[in-house]
Parts: sequence; structure tokens; C-alpha cells
Amino acid sequence: MAVSTQPYTVAGVVSGSLFALGAALWSGAARAELGFNFPEPAAGVAQEIYNIHMLTTTIATVLLVIIFGFVIYSLIHHRKSRGYVADQNFHQSWFGHWSWVIVPVLVLGVDLTIANSAQKTLEKVWEVPKGEDMLDVKVIGHQWWWEYEYLDYSVEIDGKPQVVRIESRATTPEQAGEHYLRDVDNPLVLPVGKKVRFLHTSADVNHAFWVPELAVKKDAIPGYVTETWVDLNREGTFRGQCAELCGTWHSRMPIVVESVSEERFNSWIDGQKQTMLAAATEASMDKTWSMEELMDKGQSAYNTKCGACHQINGKGLPPAFPGLVGSAIATGPVAGHMDIVLNGKPGTAMVAWNTLSDLELAAIITYERNAWGNDTGDLVQPRDIKAARSVAVK
Amino acid sequence: MTTTTLDHPHEHAHEHEHHGPPRGLKRWLFSTNHKDIGTMYLVFALTMLFAGGASAMLIRMELFMPGLQLLEPDLYNNLVTNHALIMIFGAVMPAAAGLANWMIPLMIGAPDMALPRMNNLSFWILPAAATMLILSFVVPFFPGGGTQINTGWTLYPPLSLQVGMSMDFLIFAIHLLGISSVLASINIIVTIFNMRAPGMRMLDMPIFVWTWLVTAFLLILVVPVLAGGVTMLLFDRHFGTSFFNAAGGGDPVLFQHLFWFFGHPEVYILILPSFGVLAAIIPTFARKPLFGYNSLVGAMIAIMVIGMVVWAHHQYTIGMSLGAVTYFMIGTIIISIPVGLMVFNYMATMWKGSMTFETPMLFAVAILLMFSFGGLTGIMLAVVPADMQYHDSMFVVAHFHYVLLPGAVFGLFAGVFYWLPKWTGHMYNERLAKIFFWVNVISFNITFFPQHFIGLAGMPRRIADYNVMFTEFNVVSSLAAFVFGLSHLLLLYIIIDTVRRGKKAEARVWEGAKGLEWELPSPPPFHSWTTPPNLAAVAR
Repeated sequence: MAVSTQPYTVAGVVSGSLFALGAALWSGAARAELGFNFPEPAAGVAQEIYNIHMLTTTIATVLLVIIFGFVIYSLIHHRKSRGYVADQNFHQSWFGHWSWVIVPVLVLGVDLTIANSAQKTLEKVWEVPKGEDMLDVKVIGHQWWWEYEYLDYSVEIDGKPQVVRIESRATTPEQAGEHYLRDVDNPLVLPVGKKVRFLHTSADVNHAFWVPELAVKKDAIPGYVTETWVDLNREGTFRGQCAELCGTWHSRMPIVVESVSEERFNSWIDGQKQTMLAAATEASMDKTWSMEELMDKGQSAYNTKCGACHQINGKGLPPAFPGLVGSAIATGPVAGHMDIVLNGKPGTAMVAWNTLSDLELAAIITYERNAWGNDTGDLVQPRDIKAARSVAVK
Repeated sequence: MTTTTLDHPHEHAHEHEHHGPPRGLKRWLFSTNHKDIGTMYLVFALTMLFAGGASAMLIRMELFMPGLQLLEPDLYNNLVTNHALIMIFGAVMPAAAGLANWMIPLMIGAPDMALPRMNNLSFWILPAAATMLILSFVVPFFPGGGTQINTGWTLYPPLSLQVGMSMDFLIFAIHLLGISSVLASINIIVTIFNMRAPGMRMLDMPIFVWTWLVTAFLLILVVPVLAGGVTMLLFDRHFGTSFFNAAGGGDPVLFQHLFWFFGHPEVYILILPSFGVLAAIIPTFARKPLFGYNSLVGAMIAIMVIGMVVWAHHQYTIGMSLGAVTYFMIGTIIISIPVGLMVFNYMATMWKGSMTFETPMLFAVAILLMFSFGGLTGIMLAVVPADMQYHDSMFVVAHFHYVLLPGAVFGLFAGVFYWLPKWTGHMYNERLAKIFFWVNVISFNITFFPQHFIGLAGMPRRIADYNVMFTEFNVVSSLAAFVFGLSHLLLLYIIIDTVRRGKKAEARVWEGAKGLEWELPSPPPFHSWTTPPNLAAVAR
């Protein structure tokens, strides 16, 4: 199977897990690692949610014990083998006549206790506090990566302000190690002590942003902007995953939050700005790029942005993701190739990649037309992309 | 018999021609007999139980360890989709309809269902729907067949707009299943309203009949909404509309509302008939009358009404306003009142009874305990702030399996063991049935209990591959799931063994059994209650 990643053998997992299970039974430390409950909250709202979860769990456990108690008592005592004679009139006793009132009133009491606490917590966590200084982060779900825009920070490129944005993609199993499927190349960096507002949306299908230590989960829905907020209260690395089924690689859409001090956050933002400026400068150079340069840039851009679907080896995963090796698009006319990359293909997972820079697109298309034996020899320059864009606009 | 034939040879032959079942395939294809159609529903459901179970086994094999070993992710998601659809529409609903067909006429003293030809139609639509469902699974394996249905049974757009032609087969399968359900429901309602034995008032009917009356109304109210929703999906896919496409001015969330307006009442559609079975079984084996008949009827009507207006608790994370989530939260928590009352009434029926524990009763007790547990995690999930954490995690998977397996499936098993001697005229093997019960219930708990923990610890549902931190519980869950799955082969054996070799059963199979069905011989004649029963002479 072409897509298999098999970091763990059958025997290894079975013996390892049996061992871990045994260890869990004997030692408290291993039990903590096994994860029976929510991880330790890293934000005030997460703590509130943890508290209400523990309250409802406690109430549910008490009720369960009561129900089990009555049933088990009855099972032991009210059985024919012990000679118990059935009380044929039990349903006509005063209790039988009034239980339809008594039971609902008791249940209502429990319900109101839960609803009352839940309502208080809900009011604290649900709506974003108004009139406060918050860090706004736009979280955009893509098939199958996350894009984060720091709306409060921007750099000026070509006379236009561009917000600081990062793309966050799953790393390979080798890079991720023990954080397999929960590790990314560029984590979401957030400051401790400042309230953060997340604005959730999606570029394609529904996704959901979920980091258990932050607790707030919200769907990313195309056409919608939904919001949540957190107040991080400790530093650390917190890992989560996309929680709404979003297609083939739903399991490979991790979220990693780096919670850092405000100073480190500010210097990180400055670093991001420098990187963006450098990339913009390079992309706007009016130069004719050589094949080696474009193939080099194209390979790294292709592997991060296109490899998940079309695969690093260009063979794709048909029928969902067509291969590019010898394909009609990748070896046919350059114009058609540029068109599908720039504008996407409606009704499929192929989205329009027109948000990439001319240089990136030129490199990717050049790479696709010359890698894996697609030796067309075509060299696409950034200016060709620019021309294709203006055609697309018309 | 021989003497009768000798005495009235002509009359007996005449009787056979009119009252015996036709022979061969015609008996089943053209059947208008509620017993034969009931049997066909039950056999169909048992077949689908194994199909749905096989997909569950593949899912658990893939989740046995981290990494993708067995299934491509899209195939995995297709199996997740099929497992749900086959179990809900193929196994549980037809099995409940089979019980209804067999038992409602026997229980209310009617000669047959009110609309026998429609009864035939509503069954024979099912194999056609199953064929469409199978095609939706098979087509992607052929060149040009498009992608697999990787959306889960909820079919949320825009993802479901990306899927290939399989989705169209599935949409038509859902249409057919919906038509079948609505036709069956109309039949059941008409039968209950018009065919009761003279003197049987609505509040004299067995609770099982009541549960099906409420279920049938629910089906008629909500199935057309699902049909409308998937039709809109079909139009978005092929005819250029944009009901659910944000880029065209549509709203992806609208589909979720339509789906769950059907989907939440569907939970009660699955559970209520099984709860009706409990109302027959528990008084029998506790040897005392049902506790709180009127409050059970009231509770299920309340469940029907409230159950229809709380659907959005499946969508707390879509970004509703504070007011909207508060309403849906409180409405959902309030459902615990009628559901709690039903469970309480069954506990009170056991209380001070003189209980014995034959297999149907064992299942009934297990249902009360495990369904209560599933109900309590349901209250936890209803709490919006906590659900922000639970939503779409394995905790939800554990919750609804604790509700639907005991609440729906085990209730059907209990009903099959309870009435199988009545249907076949043969007693099942009690020892084997008890072994089945214990293996089934214990492995069920070991399968699903650990899933609560991995959900709380952060494992999302519907993922084919997961991090090593979730390994241990997944291994336990998978191993128990294989035992759980295989245990159903024993059920199949017990049923075949009963039909072929079981000891002869009496008319009143169980010592404490009350109700019209036990006044008839086991098995009942092909046409029963051709003259209405005299209710005054019958012990009820």
C-alpha cells in the first residue's frame, strides 16, 4: 500500500501495550501518562471547562452508584430462587400512584443543579469579552493544514500592508517521533498573559480547531467566521488535532500551540516579519531564474504544499488525487498547467493556489514539469505567472 | 390430524388452499402475511447485522495500533460511514419493524396488519436499498468510479460535495430506506388505530405497541426532512444549486440542521421499540404487573415531543449564539426526566418481584444498567462548555455506543430470545444463550469503556491513524471488539439450532407471561385472531 506509514510493528505494539498496561496497573506515574482524563488546563477558560466537567462527572457517578445500588439490591433479594413472593400490588401503593410526580421532581432537581452550574460556566467561556485588548488570530482550516494570521501585526510589501501569517503542516513520522501525527513544522506561537481571540474559518470543507489544554473547540466552516477565546496562563507546548472529519488526511492535521512569554512572542513576531520581507524581496526581483534554482525551490515548496495529496513521488493517490508523473496537465501545454494551479478545479480537493507568490508558483510548476521523469524542459518564470494571473482576472 | 383428515377430507383440503402459506419463492415474494413479512424483516436485519459488524471489525483492526496498516484512509472513512448506515437503517430499524410486524397484530388481537400489500412493498424496498448501498461501496474500486464516501454517515457538505458518484448511490439508498420506513409507519399507525380487538382501549394496549405508535409518528415526522436534505445535496452536486455551498450564497450549516432534525429523533426511533420489549419482558420474569403504565405512555410522548426540538446539541461547535446554545442545552438536559422515568419504572417493576433470570431477563437487567450509564454520559455531553472538549472525540463514540447497543440492539436480542419460542414453536438452548449473553455483554463493555478515556485524553473520532499515547486503550478496545463481533456467530447458531432442533414450546412459553400473544399456540397458526379474542376471558 503506497500510503502506509508503519512506524510500529504488530508484535512491538502488542507487547509494548501489554507491558504498558501492566505498568499502568502498578504505578501511578504510568497511569498519568496513559491519559484517563483531560490534560492539565493551560488557560483560565480551560480551567472553567475542566471544573464543570469534573462536577458533571461526579454527579453522574453518584447517580450511577444509586441506580446500580437499587438494581443490585433487587437482583440479590427479590428473586424466586430465594423464595421471594412478588408484591402484586406494589404498583398500586401510594408510591405507585405518585412516583410519576416524585421521580420527575427529583430528576428535575438534579437537572437544574447541572444546568445552573453549566450556565454560569457557559457565560464565562462562550462569548469573547468585549472592549478588552486582545490578540486576534485568524485560524483558517485547509485540506490538510492550518493557516494562522496574526491580524494585529503586518509588514508593508509593495506599499500594501500584509498580515503576519504562518502555514502549519504535519511533519513526517521520522521528524515527529513520539509526537507522531501531533507535530507540525510551524507551531502557533501565543503569548502567556494576554487574551487571545481566535477567528475560525475554512478555505474548503469543515474542520475543527481543538487543543485539549485550551479546551475551546470550534468548527471552521467555509463562509462563516466563528470565534473563541483563551487566556493562556502557563508556558508550554500544547498539541491537538483537527476534530471535524475533513476528508482523506483528517488524521494528519495537527495543531501545536507554543505558549511563550510576551517578550519571546514579540521577538518571534519580529523574526516572522523579517522572513516575510526577505521572501517578498526575493520574489519581486526582476530576474530570470535558472533551472537549478527553480527546481531547488520548487522541490521544497512542492513537498510541503502539494505532497500530501499528489505525493512526494508525484504518483498521487488515484482516484481522489491524480498522479502528476506523465499526466496530461503536467506534460501538456504550460498554459493549462498554470490555469489549474492558479484557479483550482471546482468540485474536487484541488483548490486555487493563487495566494502563493509568482516565484513560488513558477518554481512549483517548473518542478512538476521536470521532476520524476517529466522531462519537458519547460522553464516557467515568475513573470509568466504574473501574465497568467492577469489573464485569469479578465 | 390424521383422524381429522379422514373425517373431513374435502373440507380440510379446502382449508389448506385458503389458509396455508403458498409454497416456494412465491410465499415470500408476494407475501401479505404479517408473520412472514416479520420473519423476512428479521432475517434481513440479521444479515445486515453481520455486514455492519464486518465493517466494524475492519475499523477496529485498523485502529488496533498507530500507523496505517490495513486500510487507505478513504476506505476507512467509507467503512465508518457504512457501519453507521447499515447498523441503523439495515439492522436496528428492520429488526424493530420485524418485531412490530410479528407482534402488534398478535398483541392487539388483529388478524393481520391493516395494509398487507403495502406491508409487502415496504419490506421489498429494503433489498433494493441495500443493493444501492452496496453499489456505493463497490463502485470506487472500478476505474472511473470516483472517490469513496469519506464523510461519515452525517454526510456534511462541503465534504460530501467532493465525493464521487458513490454519494449519488448513497443518496438514492437513503431515499428508498426512507420510503420503506414511512410506508411501514403508516401501516403500523393505521393498524393500531383501527384493528384493536373489540373492547381494547388505547390505554389497554401493551407498552410495546405504544412504543411503536410513538416511533411510527416520529418516523413520519422526521424522515421526510432527511429525504429533503439529501435531495438538496443531490441538486448541489449535479444541478448547479448552492443550498450548501457558501461560495454560491448557500449555507453548509443548513444541512447540519436538516440532518440532525432527523438524526436526533432517530435515536429515539432506534431505542423506543426496544424499551417496549423491556416492558413485556420485565413483568414476565419479575412475575408482577408493570409499574407505572400511564407514566410510561406519558414519558414516551414527552420524549417524542422534546426529542424533536433539541437537535442542535449535535452541533454545539458551529458557532451558535449564547441564547441558542443555552436553549438547546437546557432542552437536552430536560430529556433526562422522561427517560429517567422510563428507566425508573422498569427498576420499580423488578423491585419486590419474584425474579428468575432467563436470557431475555439477563439482557433486560444489563440494558437498565448500561443504558443508564450511557444516559448519564449523555447529560455530561449536553453541558455546552464541557462539550467544547468532548465534541467529536472518542468520548462521544463511547457514549452513543453505550446508548445504542444496550438501548436498541440488546433490546432486540432480548425480544428475539423472548419471542423466538412463540415464532418457531421451538425452545432455544438456554445454556448457549446464557453463554452468548455473558460473552456479548462483557466484551461490549471492554470494547467501549476505554474509549471514554482516550476521548477525554484528546483522541478525535473518525481518524484512521493516531498518536502512540492512545495505543494501550485502542489495543484493549480492538481485542474485545473481535470477541464481541465473533460472539454474534453464536447468536446465529442458537437461532438456527432453535429452528431446526429446539424442544417443542408451549403456548405460554414463560411462567409469568401475560398478553394476547401467549393465548395462541406456539407457533401461532398462519392466520391468527381471525375471530377477535374475548378480552374478558383472557388473563392480562
